[in-house]
Amino acid sequence: MADPSPNTAIAPTLRIDDPVLHEFAADVGSEGPIAVVGGRTRWDLGGAADDDVRLVTSPSGIVAYTPDEMTVQVRTGTTVAELHAALAERNQRTALAERSTASTVGGALAVGENDVHVLGRGRVRTALLQVRYVSAEGRLVTGGGPTVKNVSGFDLPRLMVGSLGTLGLLAEVILRTNPIPAVSVWLTSPDCDPFAVLDTVRSPSAVLFTQGRTWVQLEGHGPDIDHERARLDAIGAFTETEGEPPLPMHRWSLSPADLRTFDGPADSVLSIGVGTVWSSEPQSPRRLAGSNALIASRLKREFDPTGRLNPGRNPAAR
Amino acid sequence: MSIYERFKSAVGLAGESAATLTTGDPALDAVIADLVEALDADRVRYDGAERALLARDASIYGGGVAGPICFPTTTAEVQAVMRVAEKHRRGIVPRGAGTGLAGGAIPLGAPIVVSVNKMNKIVEVDLDNRIAWVEPGVINLDLTKHLTPMGFHFAPDPSSQQVCTIGGNVANNSGGPHCLAYGVTNAHVVAIEIVLPSGEIVMLGGLDAEPLGFDLRGAFIGSEGTLGIATRVAVVLTPNAPAVRTLLLSFDSVQAAANTVSAVIAAGIVPAAMEVMDQKITIAVENYVGAGYPKDAAAVLLAEVDGLESGADIDADRIASIGREQGATNVRLAETENERALLWKGRKTAFGAIAQIKPDYYLHDTVVPRAELANVLEKVYDIADRHDLLVMNVFHAGDGNLHPLLLFDAREEGVIERVHAAGAEILRASLDAGGVLSGEHGIGVEKQQYMESMFSPDDLEHQNRLRRAFDPTCRANPGKVLPMGHSCADIQALKRVPTGVWG
Repeated sequence: MADPSPNTAIAPTLRIDDPVLHEFAADVGSEGPIAVVGGRTRWDLGGAADDDVRLVTSPSGIVAYTPDEMTVQVRTGTTVAELHAALAERNQRTALAERSTASTVGGALAVGENDVHVLGRGRVRTALLQVRYVSAEGRLVTGGGPTVKNVSGFDLPRLMVGSLGTLGLLAEVILRTNPIPAVSVWLTSPDCDPFAVLDTVRSPSAVLFTQGRTWVQLEGHGPDIDHERARLDAIGAFTETEGEPPLPMHRWSLSPADLRTFDGPADSVLSIGVGTVWSSEPQSPRRLAGSNALIASRLKREFDPTGRLNPGRNPAAR
Repeated sequence: MSIYERFKSAVGLAGESAATLTTGDPALDAVIADLVEALDADRVRYDGAERALLARDASIYGGGVAGPICFPTTTAEVQAVMRVAEKHRRGIVPRGAGTGLAGGAIPLGAPIVVSVNKMNKIVEVDLDNRIAWVEPGVINLDLTKHLTPMGFHFAPDPSSQQVCTIGGNVANNSGGPHCLAYGVTNAHVVAIEIVLPSGEIVMLGGLDAEPLGFDLRGAFIGSEGTLGIATRVAVVLTPNAPAVRTLLLSFDSVQAAANTVSAVIAAGIVPAAMEVMDQKITIAVENYVGAGYPKDAAAVLLAEVDGLESGADIDADRIASIGREQGATNVRLAETENERALLWKGRKTAFGAIAQIKPDYYLHDTVVPRAELANVLEKVYDIADRHDLLVMNVFHAGDGNLHPLLLFDAREEGVIERVHAAGAEILRASLDAGGVLSGEHGIGVEKQQYMESMFSPDDLEHQNRLRRAFDPTCRANPGKVLPMGHSCADIQALKRVPTGVWG
């Protein structure tokens, strides 16, 4: 067994020096229903917050940005736009979606929806390295760690992504950043089988299909993009375009294979290879399978025994 | 023949059926009888030799005592075993290939050991969804070999990939050299069918883009067998890269190699892998396999980039010039696939190579910010010196993931204590530098008591809450990960049975 009496000096992971976080924890306190307001981008997702809920805002500001480590430590009230503007100065970005100028880092993580470029930028849930949240008891809790790789203990960060603030209120996070590729281009074609794109192009950042038209985002080194464009030209007539097509408001979650037989509204935009669909109509309600609901209810009871965190919201009712 | 059976026949264990055995303890006999009924007599074992074998894993930790050993072949059989465990209030320990280095598979308190080695089928390769459904006993490299002709592979590639199982990779959230660009197991598993300790079968995650509810899949990965047993795993198929460039850079100091790693990342390049080996390990490897490493370099950096032809060339050129700017004495690009394979063979057999130097080793695993690599390494050498131990360093430099290798001869009096003392100081140095306890080996029993050095009591209490939501009675892999004093770390309840029974 390991030495039973390890040195107990305070490691950086244990130290929470930032007074702003402690003020936020005090503000949240330990009693009464409470919810954090971000940019209200997805405010009604998983159910509207109850009327009697006290609304608080989480602290904002970038705490530490270390491009050489590909990590950024940021308070959750910071807008994704502000974060990405700061990262862009060092030619980096994160996987977080910038859905509106008001979208916050905390909101993007609590909602957990991936960006339209998920194939190229990765999922939101893998971008979160360390999380600090305020618990139902008003305590600051840290999960994960500051390094790009870490398997120390149970994975609380994964649990927080997409939890809609029902297990803890996100205060500060460390995110993994990625370099912005040298070239990024959107192409569109009226006559290309979108499923053929995935077999033709090595790693597109997005492949969308709507109303008979295919849209492809390529990112990488210039010569590689030229090579991929030549390959795409063999399967369709592609022209360069400004960006992705407009995305309808409702979001569906299907499997990539489901999209081959998709039969939803005509205005739907399909994310090929991913399974997300944006549509003018909501997806028919999904249900948690079997004992998922059992574990979810136990988690809620463990983390929020009085049900004060974001009452009215349910990550399984989105 | 499963890996376990191969191993067993290699060490000359015939294996004895549990059906004919009585242990002298009626309670235990009842457990065994129920297990025999749930599976069949051939797949429940209780002979001393097998239990001794499965009391250990690849770590240096002892103290394990295996209870009855089961070899289920289906999810329903795992469920039946779980129900027997529940009925008799026994702990259970899932086990793959037993290659873990943190003692995660060591059975504490004579639990039922559930080996997944007979659940080793690749069930389905689903190209439309770019995933494969596999059973937990499938060996990592076997999966990649199966996928290669289809143009894909499974990205996590731990050094033990020739023997380690996908179930073990899920339990440990395994990495490997190529997770620098591709990510660890968490990024490569989208759904897991598990059996909870209470016997319910649950599908965590899903093949759809954004599965409903909490990310229980993510919570399960890396939980070291403490939340249940994975019975089927949907792994992501990663397309093989059309172009790969492998570079070997030599340096006259470990610091220069570490600085090159930081400079490459700072330049906006995320190579597929960046591995550093110091001179001692390079010499050992070279004597062992003749991989073509320079024995006179203080450190070598093995860097690999992949992608399309032009981009791979651009990145390889930039890494070469960054290396030269940082003082590389030699930069070599592998010209052939053969040369490339040989360089990797050297890296991946590093741990075999050291057997010629000392009979035993302790392989450490911490992560530090890349910028701290050189400083922490200097401390590692100093710590080993002070404890009169031989240390070699071979590590995933791109991730800041250190793997100091302490070599020793266990027969030497007092040496184990020195190894543990040095290990503790290395941990301390890593944490002080802003690092973490483990990058890929996990906590197991090895780092359990250090969890309090990284996490506050509140942090640990919340980890314990996660644990309890899956396993309220704390019977899955009892006594692991969380330090003693947390309810699920406590195996006292299991210890009430007289120890003599377990021998």
